[in-house]
Amino acid sequence: MASFGNAFSSSIGKKLIMGITGLFLISFLAVHCFINLLIFVNDGGLTFNVGAHFMATNWLIRAMEVVLMAGLLAHIIQGLRLVFQNQAARPVKYAVVDGAANSKWYSRSMGLLGTILLIFLIVHLSDFWVVSRFTGIPTVDAAGHENLFAVMVARFQTLWVVILYTLAMASLCYHLLHGFASAFQTLGWNHKKYTPIIKAVGVWYSIIIAILFAIMPVAIYAGFIK
Amino acid sequence: MSTGNMNLTLKIWRQKNSKTNGKLVDYKLSEISPDMSFLEMFDVLNEELISKGDEPVVFDHDCREGICGACSMYINGRPHGPKEGVTTCQLHMRSFKDGDTIVVEPWRAKAFPVIKDLTVDRTAFDRVIAAGGFISVNTGNAQDANSLPIPKVQADSAFEAAACIGCGACVATCKNASAMLFVSAKVSQLAQLPQGQPERYRRVQSMVAQMDAEGFGNCTNTGACEAECPKGISLENIARMNRDFLSAKFVSEESI
Repeated sequence: MASFGNAFSSSIGKKLIMGITGLFLISFLAVHCFINLLIFVNDGGLTFNVGAHFMATNWLIRAMEVVLMAGLLAHIIQGLRLVFQNQAARPVKYAVVDGAANSKWYSRSMGLLGTILLIFLIVHLSDFWVVSRFTGIPTVDAAGHENLFAVMVARFQTLWVVILYTLAMASLCYHLLHGFASAFQTLGWNHKKYTPIIKAVGVWYSIIIAILFAIMPVAIYAGFIK
Repeated sequence: MSTGNMNLTLKIWRQKNSKTNGKLVDYKLSEISPDMSFLEMFDVLNEELISKGDEPVVFDHDCREGICGACSMYINGRPHGPKEGVTTCQLHMRSFKDGDTIVVEPWRAKAFPVIKDLTVDRTAFDRVIAAGGFISVNTGNAQDANSLPIPKVQADSAFEAAACIGCGACVATCKNASAMLFVSAKVSQLAQLPQGQPERYRRVQSMVAQMDAEGFGNCTNTGACEAECPKGISLENIARMNRDFLSAKFVSEESI
């Protein structure tokens, strides 16, 4: 009988999982960022809470949340496995390595950047996801929607939280600077006409998404968003 | 025989065999000519060591013309040293300065065990080739020119992939000790020519399976291999191999 054989356990298959889940997570970031940007309407969170309410109640979004968590876990677990396997592929280390001569530091530090993001994710999910899904949002806004905005404003009154979020977004920026274009290369989508476009879009996407996310806690802490 | 004016400190990896641990040992060399190749500088060092009754440093070399892929030194943190597009034998001492300290290590990878000093066992590459890097058809007598029509761009691309000399610099420089650039070059030189088509999808699966079995790491697309390759093998080959491998696994109805 024909089978997929070692399609997923081969080195290329393992990377395929990283690439596909990575691109999926990149698409999630765009949606997440768009909803969050609603705080800049600056109407005390009324518009943002409508968006959050939609995301929390729409059945398709809820179904995708399961896929998202599965994708996130696959990306993290596979990523960590690859880090350890790749370290094991060179048991005796070099005394001198001139990495800067041939590659970008962030392309060589995806495991480290990913680990920073993992620590951030644990804090971030317990800050908002656990609250909205499990422990419950304590207040409602003037329109009667659960006031996730108030939870957000309260969280970003603490300086260390704002610093952690900002640093995490810097890590995200560098993680994506490598990851975005790298995912396409892994899928075999290398093309003289398209690859330069993919690379350029990847750079812009990484920088813009990281800045947009980072200015939110900063704007709340600084009191621009009330 | 040394008639130059360069004084150097060398830190060279000395290792008795694959069973023992090695270490960096310091050597002083004087009056080195800047016109010597890096390997000629090693010849001078070894003559001195032999005359003192010491063990000479074992290193791989063959053609000394940059085309055989035998030489393999990891110099100051880079395979084949600081110059781009050259092998160690084509590196000259004028690329260094008088008084420099030069650290020379062997290729380091689980799949390339050290045999002695700077010589590593690269037969893992041979086994990857033996797994599928060939065509099984009888090519017969030499064909008339252009009897097999191949577009120029495709012929050029296959030829560029075929420039790989199998030195292993890609593995040596990759932070994951991945052999993807080597294997993809060997896959690509055949995948783009008519003679390579019948076995194209079997070949890529067999060679990748052997590559994994040898214990090379997984590619993370840092691009270090392409930057350090003395023959300028392109990352496009890795994408082509990924493409062929994934089509073979997910599109083909045949399983290997």
